[in-house]
Order: sequence, then structure tokens, then C-alpha cells
Amino acid sequence: MNEFSVVGKPVLKVDSLSLACGSAFFTADFTVKDPLFLAFFYSPHAHAEITAIDDSPARAMEGVVDVFHSGNTSSGLFTTAGQGYPEPSPYDTRLFNKTVRYAGDIVGAVLAESDKTARAAARAIAVEYTLLLPLFDPEKAMDGDVPRIHGEDEYAPLPVAYRPEQNIAGEVLFSFGNVEKGFTEADFIEEETYNTHCTSHCAMEPHAATASFDEHGRLVIYSSTQVPFHARRIVSMTTGIPLHRIRVVKPRIGGGFGSKQEVILEPYVALAAWKHKRNVRAELTRREVFTTVRTRHAMRVRVKSGFKKDGTITALQMDDLMNTGAYGAHALTVLSNAASKVLPMFNKIPNMAFTGHAVYTTLPVGGAYRGYGATQGYFAFNQHVDAICRKVGADFVEYVKKWHIREGETSEVFRAIGEGTEGVSQIVRSCKLTECLDRGAEEIRWNELRGKRLRSGSVVKGVGAAVSMQGSGIAMVDMGSASMKMNDDGSFNLFAGATDIGTGSDTILSQIAAERLGISVEMIVILSSDTDLTPFDTGAYASSTTYISGQAVLRCAEKIGEQLLSTASSMTGAPVGNLSIGKGGKVINSADGSEIPFSEIACYSMYSRNQFQIQAQASFFGEESPPPFMAHFAEVDVDMETGRVRVVKFVSAGDCGQPINPVLALGQIEGATLNGISYALTEQYLFDAKGKMTNNSFWDYKIYGSLDIPEVKAILAESSEPSGPYGAKSISEIGINGPAPAIANAIFDAVGIRLRELPMTPEKVLAAIKAKAGR
Amino acid sequence: MKGSFIVNGKKAEWSFAPDAVLLDVLRNNGHTEVHRGCGEGECGACAVILEGRLVNSCQVFAASAAGQKITTVAGIGSIHSPHPIQQAFVEAGAIQCGFCTPAMILAVFCLLQKTPNPTDDEIRKALDGNLCRCTGYVKIFEAVRLAARRMSSNE
Repeated sequence: MNEFSVVGKPVLKVDSLSLACGSAFFTADFTVKDPLFLAFFYSPHAHAEITAIDDSPARAMEGVVDVFHSGNTSSGLFTTAGQGYPEPSPYDTRLFNKTVRYAGDIVGAVLAESDKTARAAARAIAVEYTLLLPLFDPEKAMDGDVPRIHGEDEYAPLPVAYRPEQNIAGEVLFSFGNVEKGFTEADFIEEETYNTHCTSHCAMEPHAATASFDEHGRLVIYSSTQVPFHARRIVSMTTGIPLHRIRVVKPRIGGGFGSKQEVILEPYVALAAWKHKRNVRAELTRREVFTTVRTRHAMRVRVKSGFKKDGTITALQMDDLMNTGAYGAHALTVLSNAASKVLPMFNKIPNMAFTGHAVYTTLPVGGAYRGYGATQGYFAFNQHVDAICRKVGADFVEYVKKWHIREGETSEVFRAIGEGTEGVSQIVRSCKLTECLDRGAEEIRWNELRGKRLRSGSVVKGVGAAVSMQGSGIAMVDMGSASMKMNDDGSFNLFAGATDIGTGSDTILSQIAAERLGISVEMIVILSSDTDLTPFDTGAYASSTTYISGQAVLRCAEKIGEQLLSTASSMTGAPVGNLSIGKGGKVINSADGSEIPFSEIACYSMYSRNQFQIQAQASFFGEESPPPFMAHFAEVDVDMETGRVRVVKFVSAGDCGQPINPVLALGQIEGATLNGISYALTEQYLFDAKGKMTNNSFWDYKIYGSLDIPEVKAILAESSEPSGPYGAKSISEIGINGPAPAIANAIFDAVGIRLRELPMTPEKVLAAIKAKAGR
Repeated sequence: MKGSFIVNGKKAEWSFAPDAVLLDVLRNNGHTEVHRGCGEGECGACAVILEGRLVNSCQVFAASAAGQKITTVAGIGSIHSPHPIQQAFVEAGAIQCGFCTPAMILAVFCLLQKTPNPTDDEIRKALDGNLCRCTGYVKIFEAVRLAARRMSSNE
């Protein structure tokens, strides 16, 4: 076991007391002087051309300052996706589009002296539309005779497949071996189609942004963002405000899950504030978050495999059709991840082919969402594996243990596909998936319950399992950086570009720095993130912060350590080779056992002679993306009379390398698990015939609450990832991949029906039970 | 219009529109510890204690609360002197983004006043009106049990 003193310990989350006491500030909590308020008006139509906008009724209202729309404000094409630059998402939207492409698309914005006035004025604006044919069915999107959603100008800023003339926002193709030959070698062929749906992130804090001015007239934007540096760049790009005149401050963030990796509000508040030189606030309502922001991409996944009687898979073919909605935010990369984070799992399949298309429709826009395509892919993959096991008479757990990728192994898929482009070859150097499977199976009582169909009245019990992997940052893309400086008392300021959105990364990064310097977390004062103060970081996404930003912090602390030793050497005359960092904030001289407290070193460096500040900065660029692994188990009770599925217990056993903070790591698993269960069973967008969401509130869009949750057991199977900071990999996303397939497999175990379409509502379950009985 | 309130034990005199809801009036007067998650009474992030009862402040007209006692999370403890429930949430790891936390803590406060040693079912029922998307509730339940133990034994 490790001999860490801070890492691996349940250090209290550094911001939690302020959150518990209400003294922490979220974006909407900042008071700015005399603010104006921005409220939006939206398209009621799924697809239409704006022919005229009459904003005079709004402008005539007292308190209305300005109205922005396509008739008076132009912007270049861009993507709202907060990704590396140039983005892998197409530039297919403007701040105010002349063509609206989903019910909820932003048409314009009203700036007024109060939020109430702005919203009332937004309702008073008359917009004339010429209706265009909508396109709701992604299966038809690539046909020749359907509406084309995007025009001539849109383009992909990276050299990737982008064919708007076919409504194709992204395409991913790869293969190795010879699948057709593989199929002919098989004893059995299994081929099925699975459908996942779009859902909302439901971060409890709705999106908000406030633009204000500092004393020099620079724009200061407080924003509920996961990507402050991308937000600054995109604001500058869309508004023309010079980047050096923009500062983005990330305060506490009330959850993101990918929804705040999208730069939605920042350009608008910036535009309005810059034009009127007044402070501007915008805060979306929950309904606006549902209808206008972003969703998990719906995906149709077709899987075909050939396998022998002993279960050996000879070929596997996957074809995905992803509905990206009106705009292509994250389209290519989510689609890529449905393959790149799923197919390496069974790395011994010799013949594999993947075809994926992300298509435009006139429905709400897909975006980044925890799991990022892997969730969709694993829903199909795990049911497919369950079906193979049942065909060849294998136990799911034993079968996966036999075939999953292991330490020291690679997968052709890593090289074949990355984030929309060719991938990065890597060898898995830490994988405790077998242990995850064993411990999870024991916890769920797999051998006692599997296949037993225990019955109580109309209720039948079943257990099901799933496995998944994710990544740790995006290889060859993600970069994080940090800087540190020392204070008189031996404490350190740590400035991290990494963006804590509630995950606890401020705590994790503090622990990493504290561990390296042999001090307690209290002696690390962390600030994240502020584009003026903290160095660059790509942001809180792609399960990157612990691995990428953590490694940057570790390197930074190492440099600080070197300076501590050299300064102590100057102070005492002892050779550096005799000096080492001790525990509790001191340098130890091994020659005589003498100790030099950090505070003395700090004061020496700042006040004695040849003064200098002990400070350092470091960056880390991820050259690989070590996957965390997880085994997920569901125990469900299926009511044969009502079709209701009750999850009795859910077990998620994960390998995230060395957990930097086990309590926070378990919390990530637990939260992702519950989100995944809710995704599997109740959450869904309902649309009317015109493509308008009809259930845009928590009354009608059901997320799990305290009365709904089953017994949830999270387990950490520790490993040590050689490339990670203190052996750490990621943990924040992976937990959401398992619930849907594990529950589906458990339903099959209980009642012998396959639910291939999410969500698995009582209606669908009952219909399937009846259909089976009728056969 | 104007109204006076007793907020966290202190008298406050505020002016507000006749149709203003308590949530907005509290937030406009600096009580940003009360959060807006939906504005429709569904998520519970804006809950405060009004005359001893937990209410969603987005569903209460400020005018109807005039003259009454209001407790926000800042009224039961502060960062300098936290309440045992606040401390328990911190120690149990029950806080991730923390947006739902202030109201969640007030729901627990109301529960433990009436039911010092709640069963798991009673905890679940008491928190039914407070949505959390981050934690999966596991550690929130642990925090409630921890707080109950400490408060009933005066640990």
C-alpha cells in the first residue's frame, strides 16, 4: 500500500464549509452596480426563415434599453462547444441566426433595466417566419428528399468530414481485419439495434453570466462555465472585443455535467455590456435550460457480431447514427467516443468495423454530457455481450473477465480513432476490471440471484451487469497548467486553470501539491479559475482534471521543492544532496538531522539577501489517456402486471487508479450512478408534433429524488497508473455508463425481455412482457 | 410596497413589488445563500424556514410573509461558527457543487427539530422536496445520520 500522508485520505472538501453556510458565491450571487438584464426570445418553430422582426413594441416599453437580433446584429459563424482550438465541432451557428432550426433556438435578446421588463418586452416582439419543413427523424436525415438544415457557409474549422449537403455534421469510419471474413468464421451471428434518447443535464444551478467592467474599462465576465479560457476566446471571436480586454472569472459552479462546457450566455452579455458600457446580467430559467441549452445526443446503435460456440468473437461491426439536433456542438467527438471508449474493451476481436454518422435534425441541440457517447455505446455493447453469453451458455461476469483488455495490452481502436481524427496508440498500464467484477458480483450476490427469477406476487427479481471504460483527458489535445508561490509562513498560493464545478478538483489539486511538499492541505490556498490570474487550462471536461491538471500541479510543486532545497542550501551551507523535504513543512539535513522550517526558508528568500520569490509554474500535456474501468451491477424487481421496474440495489465498482480523495471519488461514482439510473428509467424529452418540448420542468421531467433512490454501493478497486499523478486516473464520468445496460440486462434476467430503447418506462416494459406472452 | 421581516433574528425593512416572491426579495437584499434552481417550486433550492415551516421561497409572495420570521442557512450557523448539521454535511462528503446544500440543510434542520433520531425512511421523506443532481444522496443521508447522532448526544 501507499505511504502517502495527504493523497488517498478523505481530506475535507476545501470549499464545502462555505457552501454549507451559504457564504460561497455562485455566478448569479455577484452584485454589480446598476445592472441591465438580458432576456431572450426564441423560435416557436422547429425550422423557419425569419422574414421580419418588429421590435418596436418592445423598444417602446419603459425600461427597455436595446433589442438584439439578426436584423441589427451580425456575428461570424462559430460553435458553442467549448473545446480546443480550432474546435472539432463545425462552425454552424451565429449569435442570431436568420434561419431558426429548433423550437427554442435563440432569435434575439432584450436588454432592460429589470429582468421583469426584459422578459415582458421579449414577449412583445413580433417575429414573422416563413416556415420550412422540419426534420425530426434522424434515420431520414441523410436521404436525398429531406430538408437541408444548414446552408452554404457553414464549415468545419478542422480537416474532418463535414457534409451539410447531406445533413452530416460528423462522420467516423474505421476498420481493421476483415469483418466479412470474420462473420463467415462464426458459428452464430447476433445483430440488434439499440436506441438511446436525449436528456438534460439538470445541473441544479441554471446557466448564468454577468458582464461588468473593471476600473480600466476591461470587461469582467462572471460565468457558470466549465471552460473559462474557451469562453474568453469564443466571446472575443463572436463579439470582436479584443481578448486582452476580457477577463472571465469562474466562481462556484452549481454543477455542469457537460452543460456548461457550452458557451451559451457569455457572448450575449459581453455584446450588450460592451455596446452600452453598462453591467449586464443574464440568468436562464429552468424551462429555458431544458429547451434551449443542450442535451445528451440521442443515438441509434446497431451492433453485429459473429462468434463461435465457445464465445470467441470473430468479428464485430458497429453502426451508429447520432442525432446532433440543430447544431453540431460536440457532434463529431461524442460520436467518436461511442466507439473509442467502448470498442477497446474487447481488444482481442480480430476483425472490427465502425461506421458512425452525426446528423442534423430540427430538434434541440446535443452537446457534451457526462459519459460523452460512451454511455450511449455501452447501452448497446453490454446488452449485446449479455445476449452472446446467453447464446453460448456463458456467465456474463466470467465471460467479460476472460475477454476484457488487460494491463500491458493495447487495442487497435486506440490508434484508429481519437476525438474525431486518428487516435493515439497506447498500452493500458493499469486495469483492475477483473477485481471490480469480482467485488461487484459479490456485493450484488450475483451467484445467488442470477437466473433465479425469485418471485413475490407479480414481482420478479433479476440481476444484470455491465462494464465500461472512459478516458483521462484527451490524448495529445488536453493541457493543464498551474502556478504556485510561497508565503512568509510557509504556506503556498496555488493558482490552477482547472475549473472546479463541484467535483472537488480544488481539493484534489491541493492534496497533490500538499503531498509533494509534505504539508497539510490547509497550507495550500487554491484559486481556480480566472483568466487574469490563473494559467491556462482546457477546462473541466473529458475526465481530465485529476489526471491532466493534477500532473501539472505535481510538476509545479516539484519545482517548488527544488527551490526550497536550494534556498535551504544557501541558508545553511549544506549541500543540496544532503537536504530533503520532510513532513510538516520543513527541509531536513540528513547529515546532522537538523530541520529548517519552510517559514524560515520563505522569509530568507524574501527578506535576507539576493531576494527572490519562491514560485513556479508548470504545464502538463497528456500524451495518452489511461482509461478508468468500472463494473456495474443492478438488482431489479420487475412488476409483471404494471411493467414498473424498481432498482433495489445498484453496485458500481471502479478502478480510478489511486484515488486522490476516496470520499470525493466515491461521491463521483454515486452521483453518476443515480444520474444513470434516472436516465435509464424516467428521464426523457417529450415533443409535440411540431417539435416543441412539452415537459420542460421538473414536474414533468422526472429526475430521481430522495424517495426514488435504491441502495447504492460504490466500490473502489485501487490500482496505480504509472502516467498519472500519484497513480491517479479519472472517475467523474464513467459511473453513468453502466446503469442503463445493467438494468436492461437485469430486466432480461428477471422476465426474459430485451429493452433496446431508452428510457425503460413501465409502458415499454409492459408492452414487451405482453408481446412475449402473446408469442 | 414595503414590508418588515425578521430575517435570521434581525429586523429588515424592504421595499418590493406587490407581486414579488420572497426568493427575489431575499436575494435582492443580499441573501444570496438562497438559491434559484427552478422558480417553480419543484427543486427546493430556494427553501427557507418561514415561522418554523420549510417553504419554497419562490412560491411565497413576499407580501404574505411580511412581519414573519425567516431563517436562511446563514441563520443557523456561519463559516466561523457552523451548525452541527453544516459540519456534518462537510465531514460526510455530502457536498459537491453545493447549490442545493443550503436548502437541504434547512430541510434537515426542520426534520431534526421534530424528529431528533429519524429513521432512514423519515430522512428520505424529509428531503423529498430538495433535488440534488451531484451526490446521489448517499452521503447526504450519511450526513443527516451523523448530525442526528451528534445533536441528540450533544457530542
